[in-house]
Amino acid sequence: MTKPADFPPPFRAADYIAAPSDPPEERIDVGVLIVGAGPAGLACAIRLGQLLEDAPELRERLGEVPVAILEKGKQAGSHLLSGAVVNPRALRRLFKGRKRLDEMPFYGPVDHESVYFLTKQNALRIPAPPTMKNDGNYVASLSRLGRWLAEQAEEAGVMLLPETAAEKLLISDGRARGVRTGDKGSGRDGQPLGNFEPGSDLVAKVTVLAEGTQGHLTGVALDRFGLAGENPQVWALGVKEVWKVARPLDRVIHTMGWPLRPSAKYREFGGSFIYPMGEDMLTLGMVVGLDYRDVELSVHDLLQELKTHPLVRKLLEGGERVEWGAKTIPEGGFLALPKELHAPGLLICGDGAGLVNVPALKGIHYAIESGALAAEAAFASLQRGQTPATPGALSSYDDALKRSFVWKDLYEVRNMRPAFGRGFVLGGALAGAMTASKGRFPRRDLELERDVDVDLIRTDRAKSYPAPDGKLTFDKLSSVFASGNKTRDDQPNHIVIRRDVAEDVAHLWERMCPAQVYEATETGVDVTPSNCVQCGAITAKGGRLTPPEGGSGPEYKLT
Amino acid sequence: MSTLVFLEHHGDELLKGSLGVLSKAATLGDAEVAGVVLGSGVRGLADQAGKFGAAKVYVADDAQLEAPLPQPRVDVLAQLVRDKEIDTVLFGNSVLGADVAAGLAARLDAGLNWDLADLVQQNGKLVGKRPALQDSVYVDVGWKSEPRIALFRSGSFDPTEVGGSADVEDVTVALEDFSTSARMVDQAHEESEGPSIEDAPVIVAGGRGLGGPENFTLVEELAKSLGGAVGATRAVVDAGWYPYSTQVGQTGKTVSPKLYIACGISGAIQHKVGMQSSGVIVAINKDSNAPIFEFSDLGVVGDLHEVVPKLTELVKARKAS
Amino acid sequence: MKIAVCVKQVPEGHSRIDPETKRLDRSGEGALNGFDANAVEEALRLKDATGAGEVVLISLGPAKAQDALRKALAMGADRSVLVTDDAASGSDLVATSYTLAKALEREHADLVLFGQQAGDSDGAVLWAAVADRLRLPVVSQAAEVTHADGKLTVKRQTEFGYDVIEAPLPAVVAVSDAINEPRYPSLKGIMGAKSKPQETVSLSDLGVESDRAGEQGSRTEVYALNDPPPRGDSKKIEDDGNGAQAILDFLAEKRLV
Repeated sequence: MTKPADFPPPFRAADYIAAPSDPPEERIDVGVLIVGAGPAGLACAIRLGQLLEDAPELRERLGEVPVAILEKGKQAGSHLLSGAVVNPRALRRLFKGRKRLDEMPFYGPVDHESVYFLTKQNALRIPAPPTMKNDGNYVASLSRLGRWLAEQAEEAGVMLLPETAAEKLLISDGRARGVRTGDKGSGRDGQPLGNFEPGSDLVAKVTVLAEGTQGHLTGVALDRFGLAGENPQVWALGVKEVWKVARPLDRVIHTMGWPLRPSAKYREFGGSFIYPMGEDMLTLGMVVGLDYRDVELSVHDLLQELKTHPLVRKLLEGGERVEWGAKTIPEGGFLALPKELHAPGLLICGDGAGLVNVPALKGIHYAIESGALAAEAAFASLQRGQTPATPGALSSYDDALKRSFVWKDLYEVRNMRPAFGRGFVLGGALAGAMTASKGRFPRRDLELERDVDVDLIRTDRAKSYPAPDGKLTFDKLSSVFASGNKTRDDQPNHIVIRRDVAEDVAHLWERMCPAQVYEATETGVDVTPSNCVQCGAITAKGGRLTPPEGGSGPEYKLT
Repeated sequence: MSTLVFLEHHGDELLKGSLGVLSKAATLGDAEVAGVVLGSGVRGLADQAGKFGAAKVYVADDAQLEAPLPQPRVDVLAQLVRDKEIDTVLFGNSVLGADVAAGLAARLDAGLNWDLADLVQQNGKLVGKRPALQDSVYVDVGWKSEPRIALFRSGSFDPTEVGGSADVEDVTVALEDFSTSARMVDQAHEESEGPSIEDAPVIVAGGRGLGGPENFTLVEELAKSLGGAVGATRAVVDAGWYPYSTQVGQTGKTVSPKLYIACGISGAIQHKVGMQSSGVIVAINKDSNAPIFEFSDLGVVGDLHEVVPKLTELVKARKAS
Repeated sequence: MKIAVCVKQVPEGHSRIDPETKRLDRSGEGALNGFDANAVEEALRLKDATGAGEVVLISLGPAKAQDALRKALAMGADRSVLVTDDAASGSDLVATSYTLAKALEREHADLVLFGQQAGDSDGAVLWAAVADRLRLPVVSQAAEVTHADGKLTVKRQTEFGYDVIEAPLPAVVAVSDAINEPRYPSLKGIMGAKSKPQETVSLSDLGVESDRAGEQGSRTEVYALNDPPPRGDSKKIEDDGNGAQAILDFLAEKRLV
């Protein structure tokens, strides 16, 4: 049986690294440049804005644009997607004395929660694992929260630049200098069209990469600066929908079991979530580790299947789907963290760094905290008059992160996800022991296997996917439409991938991709890049996602 | 009710759209319906108007009105509406008609409801039916004062010949200076390649079901026989079978021809939103479950390689006879 | 040459009609009307061709319409004027054209440009009404515009082909989306947009009387929202050799052939 690792994509990190080359009058200089207007990037921006309020001299020194934040989506929030139940800890710290929790766009605190083990027809209530307790947490739409954070950042004087992709990392003398933004107006074969607009060099004293899962320049930087840790990163793919419903949901629900097959043979690790969004909406999603084995597995179709379960069907009765989206989640946790999260002139935050607590299903507050800590480290370095590009100048970021709750939490649960690679029953037992021992068990850390190295099998799983009826269940293309995706068709292909792959790999990709980008053909695989919602699954499973033209992709509002 | 219908002409013929509006006006109440014809050497058109329901036709015949420019027409119509105390003025949509209707609305400070699909008497008031949000909702719109001006979507009404003749009355033509400052240098130059996809009354579109780029000739032949333009789906444009300028859909063009014939097109929503407000939709596809059959008016489950050329032959034969 | 471009912000994404006001819900995110981008682009090209001049954006809308204006400023327009006033909400064609004309009168532009329609179909046909109030020549559906010696030569696209029309400046022109491909704003353009002059004015600043604007100043009204009439029965048949004939008969019945 083949595996995706047999067909590595023709991707070279060096293609995405360059020295600044624009002449001085075209080059754009900013103080601190943040790549990605997600919770990590925006927290960094907001914290910097706060710190600069009381440091007018430094602010002056940083020039006309002290802090700039790039966002490849149409606006902040367009590419943000999560469950989400947010631990407000980091937001409280960030907005201390400035904003109260009730001023933030949450859908309410978690009042009740239930965990179910599903079989095809039944739902067994089981006690919530201790790592998953959500008292004191709030339900949110990450996209909406992102828009709100963006408003705060702009009020703090940060310049937000949407529809702008960071294509290359600018490096000279072994130090990060900023980014080069992507071109716009190129045709399918890369030729300039009538309104071609070249990208620009954006030069900064400190560059903060907050690109989220499968961050493009993050991958390039980890490679270039030798920051990769001992274990590879692994990912899960989440596909979710937002629904208007007839009756409000009164609790946060998580499920395990059906329709997943968690045994070691199939390795389908994950589950679903159903969260209330106020009185008249809810969101539900399916999350599955990308170390699954069956070529026929489609997370999007598993979500459609989930909706046919009596428990779920009842919740959606009389309702209508209003949005759909997909995104990967880094699941390696502590063991997959890079050796360091800083380099000369560079800081890495959030999901891009892998700061996600899988058993607790939390990453947003870690992203925010890491963004704030990055801001503090950058500020301190600039304040001291020290060139942040000097090696070691930004090491205070790693130090601060290691002293924070982020590190403590991640360390405690570090072996849980790898445990589940061995199947649900054994994994569950191991996880139980880890919880009880607060992470002291096991003594020797488990290892992570790359998603692309997993041996593939083929079953007839697809037979039970429901045929889309357009009311409860939906096909992929209409779902891509519901993500707000209107990407220009005649753009160059932004997905780096080998086309002449084995049938099983082509088929794997066709099923895996929630947006129907890949199609198995007689000779390999065909690609329709304009469907892409930039979830990142392809990077986990044998290809490489790079950012398309700024402004492309989904336009999430409520995900 | 005193109604006036703007009758546009091209060459020696009144436009079908104008005659359709005239036929509709004649059904609206028992007041007399008048038409107005403006141009140079157009008195003969008055007879045509009579056959379609006009009791009276005003004729503004003047060399200054020869070119189909909007502003001189606004001058004449404004005067006419005031002089004859007309309370309702109706237009069929066209490049000229839209500009005249809007100019007239500003001149008279009169309410204009446009993009109407219908006009009815409801509870003693004149109510326009206006499609909105890609035709997913119909809005009832009205006027707070008179005169009322309405601009109808093209093709909303079929002309109905009722026979009869109209009284003809000449109207004086007095034009403002600013109205005559624009000048027609060269009129109605035909495009060489047939109607563009945006203006075409008929579009025949091809999708993946064609099987290969060479089969686009089937689509082209049918389009030609119907006097229409050729459209394509995103999938075939992506595959390089046809140019991007013909792509219909969310990321291509939005069209609303009177007739849309979809050949080998599955009907994914990305395509649907680009053509769903077409007047009549005919689909030919060999997959009985293709989503396009859910919103087509006539669907034929079959092999387009047989059905399409046969249809082309039948159309040509009919046109010849 | 001074060129004024009338632009508007339209709701982004899935539009909905507010069942209470029966008007388009503009409370969500908005974006620059796509067709107006063609008008802005044409203005920039004409200004570049003469080597000097000013492109000013005029818009009527809620305060957050500034975002849409900023995008057009990022493309290269020089400044913007936003007429924003609660009393203007609910304006129909009569009221909107009156207000816009007042705003344009202040500018004394040589050329006023419009995009050919609005994505929310509220602004279509506006140019002819505005031109009448300003007493200026108007040419619509412009697929090409050239300027020489105070005169415009416009290629107008109609159902019958294209006309060539000449108009002296000052004039009003509505451009079709076939006229050009709007440029992407450069990063410098986006960053520079924030420091360009963005003026906001109220109705009284313009001298627009309160009974000429908003619902008061409108001569049309909205009564109700309904479902569209059913499309008619959808027929589906299997082709057993007679499929083409069935289509022809259907087309003949509908008088389409």
